[in-house]
Amino acid sequence: MLAPAFADPVRASQAVFRAVMDAMAHPGIIVATDELTRAPQPFGLAAAAVALTLLDYETPVWLDPALAQSPDIAAWLRFHTGAPLTDDPRQAAFGIIADPPWMPQFEEFSQGSMEYPDRAATLVLQVNRLSDNGGFCLSGPGIKGSRALQAAPLPADFVMRMRANRALFPRGLDIIFASDTTLAALPRSVHVAMEQS
Amino acid sequence: MENASAPPDSVLGRRDAMATLANARASEIACGLTALGNDIAYVELRPVETGLVMLQGRIGGDGAAFNLGEATVTRATVRIPSGEVGFSYVLGRDRYKARLAALCDALWQNPSSRESVERYVLAPIKAHQESERARQRAQTAATRVDFFTLVRGED
Repeated sequence: MLAPAFADPVRASQAVFRAVMDAMAHPGIIVATDELTRAPQPFGLAAAAVALTLLDYETPVWLDPALAQSPDIAAWLRFHTGAPLTDDPRQAAFGIIADPPWMPQFEEFSQGSMEYPDRAATLVLQVNRLSDNGGFCLSGPGIKGSRALQAAPLPADFVMRMRANRALFPRGLDIIFASDTTLAALPRSVHVAMEQS
Repeated sequence: MENASAPPDSVLGRRDAMATLANARASEIACGLTALGNDIAYVELRPVETGLVMLQGRIGGDGAAFNLGEATVTRATVRIPSGEVGFSYVLGRDRYKARLAALCDALWQNPSSRESVERYVLAPIKAHQESERARQRAQTAATRVDFFTLVRGED
């Protein structure tokens, strides 16, 4: 059954947009978002809030099998955002992934072209754990020195993938991590390494 | 519109009901709805909102479409407990009316309440709209001027 989304769509989507913008500008910082109180399972609240904020009729969206098998989620997204759903990751402007360890390779999404690097996809990865100690060591624009970020679960070769993604710059994917009520982002400009311990 | 893929009767009926509701007054809909019970539970799927739609016009049947101007429209979407989703788009900024019209649309879609909506809500409104139209036609007819050419008596 179709469910409501933001109670106050204008204010809430502006707040979420601000959170995503902050997270993108400062890769690896964790921002809180609690604008959304309910979303169809197994959609995480933060991931659903990002979807409601960023998707519209011009942004084809690809859902990973965990989300795509729920007809409620497809109907909910279509009703509230008007975004077309696509089965082909290459056509998608956004990919929403509830089960990151099994996500497709980055090359299967649109990585933009040298003429139009802005046509690369943005991936929203739903993670269970997001914290600022241990895990990855991030550096690059928006980070003074380096910053630590831990996100789980992720594909085993995630650092390798991010390194290849950085090498494509100015092409490449942008990543948003969404836990239940927090967000962090890895724009394509970030350098990701494993923390030395 | 009269082509091979004409919409089925249920669509035509719903379209008719929605058009009637869109032209009705909020008080008329509210009055009709009291006959169906005072507290009809519903959820607003999307808060009622007011916006603009571009109206298109054309001169004659074969003229090119042009943008006439924008009209203020309020829309509402509600879901009743049995799962039907009702929509309404009404001219103006009457949020209360938009909500009531959407609720009627949802109830109309449910076979168990369609009959009551038709009888208690739509029928009185239709009768009123029809009499209003007839009154206006009569008023217009009273001021009708028939032009005819007089044959002047010159020879």
